[in-house]
Amino acid sequence: MSKAYKTGWFDRKGWSDIIIGLPYVWLVALFLLPFLIVVAMSVATKTPTAPPFSFGGDYPLLNWEGYERVFSDGLYLRAFLTSVVNAAAAMLLCLIVGYPMALGLVRVAPAWRNILLMLVILPFWTSFLLRVYAWMGLMGKNSWFNKLLTDWWNFVVPVDWAVNSIPMMHTNFAVVLVMVYTYLPFMILPLYASLERLDTTLDEAALDLGSRPHQVFFDITLPQSVPGIIAGGMLVFIPAAGELVIPTLVGNSASPMIGRVISDEFNQARDWPMASAVAVALLVLMVVPTMLYSHFQAKSGGAK
Amino acid sequence: MNRRPVFLITMLCFGFAFFYIPILSMIVYSFNESRLATVWGGFSTKWYVSLFSNRQVIAALILSLKIALISATVATILGTMAGIALARFRKFRGRVLFSGLVTAPLIMPEVITGISSLMFFILLADWIGWPGQRGFTTVTLAHITFSMVFVTTVVQSRMVQADQAIEEAAMDLGSRPWQVLFDVTLPVIFPAIMSGWLLAFTISLDDVVITAFTTGPGATTLPLLIWSKVKLGVTPDVNALATLMVLVVGLGVVLAGILMSRADRRRDADARLAYQANE
Amino acid sequence: MPAAQAEPFLRIEGVSKKFGSFTAVSDVSLTVEKGEIFALLGGSGCGKTTLLRMLAGFEDLSAGRIFLDGKDMAGVPPWLRPVHMMFQSYALFPHMTVETNIAYGLKHEPISKAAKQDRVREMLDLVQLTQFAARKPHQISGGQRQRVALARALARQPKLLLLDEPLAALDKKLREHTQFELMSIQQRTGVTFMVVTHDQEEAMTLADRIAVMDKGQVKQVGTPTDIYEFPNSRFVAGFIGSITSFEASVKGRDGDHLVLDVPALGAVQARDVPGLVEGQAVTLALRPEKLRITKNRPDATNVVEGQVKDLAYFGKDSLYRITLPSGELVQAHAVNANRGEDAARADWDDRVFLSFDPASAIVLAE
Ligand SMILES: Nc1ncnc2c1ncn2[C@@H]1O[C@H](COP(=O)(O)OP(=O)(O)OP(=O)(O)O)[C@@H](O)[C@H]1O
Ligand SMILES: [Mg+2]
Repeated sequence: MSKAYKTGWFDRKGWSDIIIGLPYVWLVALFLLPFLIVVAMSVATKTPTAPPFSFGGDYPLLNWEGYERVFSDGLYLRAFLTSVVNAAAAMLLCLIVGYPMALGLVRVAPAWRNILLMLVILPFWTSFLLRVYAWMGLMGKNSWFNKLLTDWWNFVVPVDWAVNSIPMMHTNFAVVLVMVYTYLPFMILPLYASLERLDTTLDEAALDLGSRPHQVFFDITLPQSVPGIIAGGMLVFIPAAGELVIPTLVGNSASPMIGRVISDEFNQARDWPMASAVAVALLVLMVVPTMLYSHFQAKSGGAK
Repeated sequence: MNRRPVFLITMLCFGFAFFYIPILSMIVYSFNESRLATVWGGFSTKWYVSLFSNRQVIAALILSLKIALISATVATILGTMAGIALARFRKFRGRVLFSGLVTAPLIMPEVITGISSLMFFILLADWIGWPGQRGFTTVTLAHITFSMVFVTTVVQSRMVQADQAIEEAAMDLGSRPWQVLFDVTLPVIFPAIMSGWLLAFTISLDDVVITAFTTGPGATTLPLLIWSKVKLGVTPDVNALATLMVLVVGLGVVLAGILMSRADRRRDADARLAYQANE
Repeated sequence: MPAAQAEPFLRIEGVSKKFGSFTAVSDVSLTVEKGEIFALLGGSGCGKTTLLRMLAGFEDLSAGRIFLDGKDMAGVPPWLRPVHMMFQSYALFPHMTVETNIAYGLKHEPISKAAKQDRVREMLDLVQLTQFAARKPHQISGGQRQRVALARALARQPKLLLLDEPLAALDKKLREHTQFELMSIQQRTGVTFMVVTHDQEEAMTLADRIAVMDKGQVKQVGTPTDIYEFPNSRFVAGFIGSITSFEASVKGRDGDHLVLDVPALGAVQARDVPGLVEGQAVTLALRPEKLRITKNRPDATNVVEGQVKDLAYFGKDSLYRITLPSGELVQAHAVNANRGEDAARADWDDRVFLSFDPASAIVLAE
């Protein structure tokens, strides 16, 4: 049978081999292989050698202790809990702040829209580290922002409750606040994309059929923007749950988040197997379920 | 709807205040005379002066730019290939694994990518004696790996949007496969390749966690330098550095935005003319 | 010269295309003569585009062979076939101007730069786009884009030009105008055109011959008149124009006429169709414009009485729907030739007589 050229210039042996092969080999060597090392390491035994692990010649060949500790030691469980709570709080706050902003962007005059959109994206291009840092300046005890908040607090609460300054740095509150700040564009952009596509004549049809504006929002706009909410939620939740920089800089080291625990196990305790076990647990417990959830949501949404 | 969305506009104002007040505050305090970074002690530009005379900062900046340039370029080449492969090759052996490998780095927590790369490099050195020392090379390799998938995402979505018939049309008009690639496919996805490169460049320039894990002695990038300073608290020279970086990036983005919207407007005007002059 | 002896310009022989277990094109055989406009007509999804893509070389054949100018096209890649295609989406290169788009086919040709320029200028002139030469595709209108696509495909002087729904993206008025433009360009260039369309009027206007396709198969090939007046199946009769069809059976022959027994109409005389045997079940198809409506019983071979149920007045003609005693509805067209004959014209609920010539009655065995 004759050769078909149905797909194009690339549909020939030599070409396709290079185009697929090069990135494939790269990702297998520098991403998959290192990842498999983590998985293997999670069942190794810690030793005082360098590198600090072995697969112990004798029984048990596989060491499940790391996983046992993850699920029994309060430190890890608390770290997981802190991560979930902080990431979920950040996600919800992003949604609460981001949804009206995205809707506002859709509803403002088109002349304004591009400028405002650029203003949403602009912080994303500036350094992540510096955005965290900016809040360190604001939350510190002597900063004008903290003073302003303190004055307001002292004004509204009874005299007995008055404080010198509000302790913000090194709290979970600070972590959530800064996460909301740094991840908010990730929530706004997918929401904007899904809201922009909506047909405004549907709104008008609903108003015409006697719905009040807030009913239109809950009956028409909100259900149709669910894919945007899910996409934005994922984009915030997943990196927030594994976040390392923010908790290190503004977080409470007494109740660390899971990213911090992994990094400390690895760097300070030099316990590679334990760090790997926690890492795998993080993936299995949080990242994979989130991915599956969004996958099936997207599927059932598409089927409707 | 003809009601003014008062609530939405209020939220927008609040949101933009939330976005920009911390940055503005940081900029203002970079001109602070006082050593105490959060207490205003009068106007001064001395931190900028000390910044420019700081060898360490300059060296870190140069290293960061070097890594970002190289890794963005390699990542763009590899990422474009992967994007083309996923968008155009219907079936090939291991496609499922490949598309998994292209999405996984996007969602992998950075800490995990960090420790996995570090263990990989250490073990590799143990097995084959390379890399003897971690630093520029290992950081660049790690950056290429996690930024190439962003390029892939951008290129792939552009490829999927592009009318595949134009490639067939070129072939139909007598072009051989490789001519189609250079005449049609690459020029059409070029904007996506460029934005992929820009994305990879900024991601590399901005990365802390993975760099921290894969670097070695003597290879301190700018984010790592800032990281080590910032861990100790707020200092006025970081404020100055931050201000400069924000200004450079801000100007760049605003300029690009203006240029793009102007091109858009011109295109709209052209299109309108065409319809008027038509038939 | 009898066509059967000379090798036809394009010969498609038993061509099939399967996508997995789905057969998109099934055992198609066609011949196309040089300089002809040949139309492939059929509903959506019937395999027209697939057949074109096989001719252009983008899909391989599951079975069958294609000969162009006596040469077997098997194994010839698209870039070596003297066949060009005008894509359904036009597929203009978005990053090139109108001029470079048109010139693209010549880019890799071994001819002088001046010759290429001349050729492009000629093409721009042919499609009247000289003043838009420097525009990009997104800066011109849909009709102009269509012409760029045409000029681009013609620039390289193909032997055969495949046009996939060339007019579908244009609005109605522009489409009618462009039909004639296409025909005149075809006449001037002498290139053989194979046009895909799902619009029967377009096919009848444009084409010298039409192939009617259904579910991957070619149902009938013929001139527009053949296909309209002598359809060979209920599908073709129903697809082209409108018909009212009746169950019937062959009763016998009366001279050169066939006599049918039609339960709804009684005995009907029709043009003889060879091969039909007595007692065979057939379909009688009547086209609305072939029926005459009169208020008095006419002196004609086939007459049936009915009552006007519905009538739509279009100005130049009227469409009647008439209930027969058996309860069936028949459509009939009446031309409003004379003004002010309201008294003679049938009106709602009038009893009328329908009559038709035996020659106009279509008898379909299939
Ligand atoms: N690559 C493919 N894989 C599987 N099925 C296909 C493919 N291409 C076409 N088909 C199927 O083959 C049938 C014929 O498709 P084709 O595009 O030829 O139809 P068409 O007659 O051009 O219709 P339209 O008028 O809508 O353009 C359709 O049912 C289509 O779904
Ligand atoms: Mg088609």
